[in-house]
Amino acid sequence: MKQEYTITVYTENQVGLLNRIAIIFSRRKINIESLNVSPSEAEGIHRFTIVINEFEEVVRKLCRQIERQVEVLKAYFNTGDEIVWQELALYKVPTDEVAEKLQVERLLREFGARAVVIRKDYTIFETTGHREETDKLLAVLAPYGLIEFVRSARVAIIKASNGFHEKLKEFEAVEPASELIENEFLNKQAEVFSM
Amino acid sequence: MMQAELTKPSLATPEHPVEISGSQAVLEAFIAEGVDTIFGYPGGAIMPIYDALYDYHDRLKHILVRHEQGGIHAGQGYARSSGRTGVVFATSGPGATNLVTGLADALIDSTPLVCITGQVFAHLLGTDAFQETDIINITTPVTKWNYQVTDATEIPQVLAKAFFIASTGRPGPVLIDIAKNAQLQKFSYTGYTKCDHIRSYRPKPIVRKSYIKEAAALINEAKKPFVIFGQGVILGRAEEEFKAFIEKAGLPAAWTILGLSALPTSHPQNVGMLGMHGNYGPNVLTNECDVLIAVGMRFDDRVTGRLDKYAKQAKLIHLDIDPAEIDKNVKSTVPVWGDCKETLPLLTALVHEKKHTDWLNTFHSYTKQEHDIVIDQELHPASGEITMGEVVEALNELTNGDAIIVTDVGQHQMVACRYAKFNESKSNITSGGLGTMGFALPAAIGAKFGAPHREVVAIIGDGGFQMTLQELGTIMQAQVSVKMLILNNRFLGMVRQWQQLFHDKRYSFVDIQSPDYVQLVKAYGLEGNSVDDRKNLKEALQKMLDSKDSYLLEVMVGKEDNVFPMVPQGCSVSEIRLK
Repeated sequence: MKQEYTITVYTENQVGLLNRIAIIFSRRKINIESLNVSPSEAEGIHRFTIVINEFEEVVRKLCRQIERQVEVLKAYFNTGDEIVWQELALYKVPTDEVAEKLQVERLLREFGARAVVIRKDYTIFETTGHREETDKLLAVLAPYGLIEFVRSARVAIIKASNGFHEKLKEFEAVEPASELIENEFLNKQAEVFSM
Repeated sequence: MMQAELTKPSLATPEHPVEISGSQAVLEAFIAEGVDTIFGYPGGAIMPIYDALYDYHDRLKHILVRHEQGGIHAGQGYARSSGRTGVVFATSGPGATNLVTGLADALIDSTPLVCITGQVFAHLLGTDAFQETDIINITTPVTKWNYQVTDATEIPQVLAKAFFIASTGRPGPVLIDIAKNAQLQKFSYTGYTKCDHIRSYRPKPIVRKSYIKEAAALINEAKKPFVIFGQGVILGRAEEEFKAFIEKAGLPAAWTILGLSALPTSHPQNVGMLGMHGNYGPNVLTNECDVLIAVGMRFDDRVTGRLDKYAKQAKLIHLDIDPAEIDKNVKSTVPVWGDCKETLPLLTALVHEKKHTDWLNTFHSYTKQEHDIVIDQELHPASGEITMGEVVEALNELTNGDAIIVTDVGQHQMVACRYAKFNESKSNITSGGLGTMGFALPAAIGAKFGAPHREVVAIIGDGGFQMTLQELGTIMQAQVSVKMLILNNRFLGMVRQWQQLFHDKRYSFVDIQSPDYVQLVKAYGLEGNSVDDRKNLKEALQKMLDSKDSYLLEVMVGKEDNVFPMVPQGCSVSEIRLK
């Protein structure tokens, strides 16, 4: 069954790598639902967060193809229950319209929203949360002359992860450290990789 | 030390840097990496490098090709015959885009290449400058790694990385695009250090002993074990290790076309070729073996036929250096991820000495059937037009299997791979994965430079020859000895065969005319001959082989001959047709 997977990729910070990773998906005609690139917990290492809807088997193969890239250190994939994730949304609305017709205070409380900018002509609200939550506020604001709306890509933290610091040391060792088991996924082959 | 010596770039150190240009740094890197031959074509954006090359001509041989595609295929041929990294030069824009087919070919066939392209000045990038093209993004899907240099100081490090990445792990093509300003820029050169570690890149995985044990146990219990091997054996320089492994365990072994020549064709356990036009036994028995041991091969669809009916009964042991290949197409029971140079001896140590005589005889009985229905007729026809098979067979007799055979793509390729004899590894050079027509002629040129002491015979169809025949100019000028054997059936034979078998003989645009090839090579100052009579064939081949220089022999072969056996597309390997 196709379902939503969040892929986390640790990489070098290199021009062109975004393209190299993106074409792994586009070559197979797989749509990227959301893509975020940011620094990671380890210095100098970037972190891609990619969301796709696919079969588990396909996601496994994709992760191997991603890891095969010279500048990629590691790729993980997780289902929604294995991660904590957030998206951020911004809503620009006409101030007079909203102030007049909406109970702004209730709005802020109910949706956990924040007013980022308040001007005479417009106000910008911000929420973070899951898609449904940001969508709900969108639905509320839409009738009041919503001027602009934007939602960010997903950022996600893997619940079971201990971060990349230790892993990076292993990668940096010229001679692979004894604790570095290269094909570690083979330990739990069935659950991680079986293409 | 003399002043002149102090300024020699090769003596530069961090304490005694030497001022050189980016272009010189490129050539210094080549020398440090042991490069001896470059295939290339100059142009505006790569002129500073060519200017520097003028002073290095005593240390670096440059072969001027006639088209950049010819240059990169020559680089591939060089890499495949020598086992070293091929090096190619092209200019920006069209020069660079002409490399794309060769890059794709080298990536899918795991050929180590370092291609250097010129690029417009950095300040012109993105301005649609003359001969500017975004070659980095164009080549990203067809390179193992690529990088654009805009500052000369990066060059030593980047080239060290390029050679390291191209030649290690699963080899592949690397493209380095160098902006003209970086080629011209002078900088303080502190010497060249080879790269042996990139933190995000692990060429050689650590071998898991537990999987070796599991694999050995499976092999030891097997009643009908069957080895299928690919180019990984050659790329891993593991021919001896492979032979020791199959000999100890008494395993029949069949090859993919890129694995061909890793094991001598005369070896008693070599049971032949896999795949669409492979041998009868190896295809049928893939679906009867109990343990299938795949070594350095990637289960291409031309090898497996219909996947859901491929070796379903067998336990699979897959040895490969590339983790992305394990379980990609066929699910393995025991994945042995690693360099087969390391994994095979570990496995050999644990397998029991066995013969599997009856099982091997099963292969031989299939071989006999194939001989009766296909091979005898193909190799020794009593009458009628000359067959491709008999040309290859006659060539075998005259070369004793010692020649490097370079093939193009199509019917002649399948026939040559099926019937050519090989004693030595790295002797079969062909475009396997990409199926690039026009590959053979330039690749043969490169192969000869890669293995100058060996006879190189390029077997090419009349279609493929016409795709890159401009490289006759390269042959003429470089005075390289390449024997060109055109098997001319006046058709684009493989497509015609499919049209005959699957499209009701609707021969749509496969009827291809040829020039007078003998006259053509004559214009390039080369000798040639054409035969259409069986009784002159051997003598003509002998004359071709005896020629000191390049020589072209055209053999007119059966116009509508087909290649059999054949696993039709969408069929299982056990549904292989003998006619």
